[in-house]
Order: sequence, then structure tokens, then C-alpha cells
Amino acid sequence: MSVAIGTEARSPDRRASTRRRSASLIILLLIAVLAVTAIVALTLGAAGIPLSRLPAALGLTGESTAMTARDQLVLWSIRVPRIAAAAMVGGLLAAAGAIMQGLFRNPLADPALVGVSSGGALAAASTIVFTDSRFGETLRFLQTELLPLAAFAGSLATTAILYGISSRSGRTSIAIFLLAGVAITAIANAGIGLLVFVADDRQLRDITFWMLGSMSGVTWTKAAVLAPVLLIGLVACTFIARGLDLLVLGEADAFHGGVDVERLKRISIVMVSAMTGVAVSIGGVIGFVGIVVPHLLRLVIGPAHRLLLPASVLSGAILMVGADTLARTIVAPAEMPIGILTAAVGAPVFLFILLRQRGLASL
Amino acid sequence: MSIVIEARSLSKRAGRATLLDNVGLTVAAGEMVAVIGPNGAGKSTLLRLLSGDLRPNTGKVRLRQRDIANFSPRELAAHRAMLSQHISVSFPFTVEEIVQMGAGERGAHETGVLVDAALEEVGLAHFRERQLPTLSGGEQQRAHFARVLVQLACGEAEHGPGLLLLDEPTSSLDLRHQIDLVEAARRRAAGGTAVIAILHDLNLAIRFADRLVVLAGGKLTADGPRADIVTRETIRDIFEIDAMVHQADDGVPYVLPQSMRAIETGI
Repeated sequence: MSVAIGTEARSPDRRASTRRRSASLIILLLIAVLAVTAIVALTLGAAGIPLSRLPAALGLTGESTAMTARDQLVLWSIRVPRIAAAAMVGGLLAAAGAIMQGLFRNPLADPALVGVSSGGALAAASTIVFTDSRFGETLRFLQTELLPLAAFAGSLATTAILYGISSRSGRTSIAIFLLAGVAITAIANAGIGLLVFVADDRQLRDITFWMLGSMSGVTWTKAAVLAPVLLIGLVACTFIARGLDLLVLGEADAFHGGVDVERLKRISIVMVSAMTGVAVSIGGVIGFVGIVVPHLLRLVIGPAHRLLLPASVLSGAILMVGADTLARTIVAPAEMPIGILTAAVGAPVFLFILLRQRGLASL
Repeated sequence: MSIVIEARSLSKRAGRATLLDNVGLTVAAGEMVAVIGPNGAGKSTLLRLLSGDLRPNTGKVRLRQRDIANFSPRELAAHRAMLSQHISVSFPFTVEEIVQMGAGERGAHETGVLVDAALEEVGLAHFRERQLPTLSGGEQQRAHFARVLVQLACGEAEHGPGLLLLDEPTSSLDLRHQIDLVEAARRRAAGGTAVIAILHDLNLAIRFADRLVVLAGGKLTADGPRADIVTRETIRDIFEIDAMVHQADDGVPYVLPQSMRAIETGI
């Protein structure tokens, strides 16, 4: 072997460095696209801020006129936190989807599929109805604060129940996890249906709007919740990337390849529920980001998680900032729920991919 | 010869069924052992116990004189490599990426040579950029074998020759690639690796293994050199078929199965 290293080392070396270069190129490209999307998003909205006024409004120049003051108020108290939150929600949802797909070795797996999103939605809807009822009256003034916490807790609880059902003596069965998820989604949806049934008109509007997803009303405080989860998520991604790669071989063969499969599954499950829970708590139920983004990325950059996971975060962010900008401009001054947009764009793309794959699979 | 793996009175139950019953097996460095036996004999269970993937209900497995339960998954991977049956990959990894997975945390620039050599050895160098799911079953099997060879080589660089476990590695291969694979395993054995392979093709097992281990109904019924095991009587006991046992020109026996009727009618 030592002889071979001397004579043949150059070609694999060159291949490896080309791959690394193209990987960092892709990340840089995605960052650039995200920056452009964010700048465009800053200028658009109910109160338009043209590109020429943007530097002043962001405080990059010393100018200060009445117009600048108005622009600054709109930007810093409404638009910037909202765009930041949209980017982080998109990144979290896409990464959660990618991790879950790796965990289930199934490109169609999604936090929404196993009821993690539905669990959060049920908890949020319950909070809306409860705080409006006679029993929850005392907590009504806290409704805005309670809603995200409840959604977060709901997602975590769902995942904990799922994990409890599907793991026995330290081992997790993916098949049971999936099937239990289907059952839990049904239970959660039944609960939401019941709440919709008993809710009055105003609550119904709240629940519906939240179920359809929206980034409106995001403040700095709300956006700040997302940042640490995303940061921890990104760090954790570098640790689980290789394990998720090997997991495509199956649990037994990932273990044969040196992966501590049980630990990998535990970390992945906690990550998925935290990322989904916190994203759902801010943006409501926004579907298809977690399925479509990683799926499209795999077609372009391949399935290796070391690149797929950070690229999913960036692409999910781009998609969500774009979708949110559309949501708040196409029917301005009203707002379109963002979940409608992501479903309207995401579902056809998803079907298109399925149709193409069906052609391949029958070969 | 140093003992690489040693299993003592292994039993494995699943519910009320006994998959393995009091099986003992010791394999030394450089030995190539073929495990034979009918379907459901417990061959795959034995291999998974030896790999540390399953834990026995009773008995112990010692890898290099150390209880296999005390190895971390990563340590185990450096001492033994295993090729399973029926691996299906649902994401479009390329052949090269799959083979590279055998190298663990090591980077591509460090192990590229090993990957190249393994791809060359299984005859898939021209398919390195192809996506694994687009290859035929036999080609995929060879790609996974290359991955396992890379893992074995990486482990060998750290700890010396280790243990190679193969679960029906030739099941979906054509004749030429069956021979290629078994010869590749033989070369590892010649280099000091202990090889244990489940083989369904008796003649392949006879020709390439130093030693045959027979499992039937979860029990180890025979363990020894091929001359002791390959007789008309033992073949009948193990597989319940009548077979002719002849000798090839070089003195190695071969088995020619006859029909079941011979036994039933007592001819």
C-alpha cells in the first residue's frame, strides 16, 4: 500500500480538492443569493423603500430626513426582524426535513409526516381556545407569548411520545416510528378538528390563520428565539453528517461501518423536534419546505449530508424570504398566508419530481 | 497462529424461537472459514453475533481476546468489517461516495488510493461517478464489497489484519465475479485477515475455504477441513438431498446434487 501512495496519490488528491472547492463555491453562491433576496425583500412591502433610499434607511450614510426616519422605523421594527425570522424559519424547516429524511432513509419523510408539526399545531390551537374560555381568562393577556411556547412544547411532546412508542431497550424501530407518526398525526388532526368545531368566529380566524402559516407580527423578541436553535442545529449538523450518510446503508450496516446508531438517532430526533417546534411556533404550519428543498438540492449537489445540511439551511432561508415577500406584496395591503404559497409552489414541484422518479423506477 | 475471534456457547432467542443454540467457534488470523447450512439454520444470526451487531442471550464473543460488548462501534469498525446481504440505498450516492464511506472519518485525499484500489479490485473503476441505485444488483453488491475492503484496509493500517465477515457475498453475482470476490477474500486471508463467509454454493465453499463450519437448526453440527465434511452422508444429513461427491483433477472434491427422489424412494 505504501508504494501505491507514492505513485498514484495525485489523481484522488485532485478529485478531493475539486470536490471541496465546488462545495465551498455552492455555499458561497447560496449566501450571495440569500443576500440579494433579502435586499430585494427589504425594498418591497406595503410601504415601499426604493433601492436608492435603502443605504440611508439602514443607517449606512449620515443622512437624516423625515423620509429616512420613516424608512428606518419601517425597516428596523418591522421588515428586518421579519426577514430575519423568515430566513431562520425556512432554514430550520428545510434542515429538519433533510435530517428526518436521512434518519428514515426516505426522501419523502418530513416532520409534518410523523405529526411533529401537527402536535405543535394542536397545542397552539388549544392555547387559542383555552385562553379565550372562562377558565383561561386570567391568561388571556399572555396569549401572544403562550402561543409559540405551546407550539414548541407540542412538537417536543409529540416527538417524546413517538420515541417512547418506537424505542425498546435502547433501539428505535424506524418502521414503528413512521406508523406511530401517522397515527399521532390523525389524533392531533382530530383534536384540531374538535377545537375548530367549538371555536367561535374570531378564534376560528386565529386558528386558521395560524394553521396556514404566516410571518406577520414577528418582532425582534420572537425572532431571537430562532437564532440559538439554528446555531446549535448548524453545529450539530457537522457531527451527524457522516452518520446520516452511512445510515443510508441501513441501521445494521451503519453500525458495521462504525456509527453509534442509537446515539445518532437520539440526536437526530431531538434536533428535528427542536428545529420544527421552534419554527412552527413562530411561523405556524408551513408545509413542503422540508420536503422540496432537500429533494431539489440532492438532484443538484448530491446526497452527502456534510454539504446537504448547510445548503438546505441556506436554500430554505432563500425560499422562505422569497415566499414571505410575495405573501406580503401580492395582495397588499392585505397579506396572503405563507403556507398557501409554499403549498401552491411546493406541491406541484413535488409531484413533478415524483413523476420523473416514477419514470426512472420503472426502468 | 493468533486467535482473532472466539465465540463460546452462543445462544440467541427471538421470542420463543431459538435461532442459535450453544454454538462455539474460534477463528485464527489468516484462516478462511466458510459457513454452510440450509436456510434458517442460523448462519446470518451467527455472523451478526460475531460482528457485535446482535448480543447473544447466553455466551460470549471475544474479538482479539477482548469481550466484543466492550468495543465502541468505531473501535469495532477498525477491527472487523462486514458485508451484509440486501443493502438498498435510497439516495443517489455515487459508487465512489459509497466506497469512500468505508474510510470512516478519514478524508478523501487520505484514502483516495485505497478507494481507487478497491474499485479496481471489484472491477467498478469505470462506474465510479455512476449513482449506485442505477446499477444492477450484482454491481451494487460489488460496490459494497469495495466499501468493506476499504474499511478493512483502514483498520489494518491501525491495528494490523482484522476480521472480515461476509454474509452470502456471492448471492447476486455472475460466475466470474463470484470467483473474483472469493479470491479477493482469499488474498486478505493470505495477508493475515481472518475471513468468515456464509456461502450457499458448496463447491465455491469447498474450493476456497480452509475450513467448513456446518450449521443446521441453530446448532453447529460439524467444523473441520473439507475432506472430513464433504461426503455423501454429511451432505444428505445437512441438506436432505442426495448428492454425488467426486474429486476434481487436482484432488479437491466437488458436489453434484441429485434429485430428492433418490432419498424418498430409497434408491
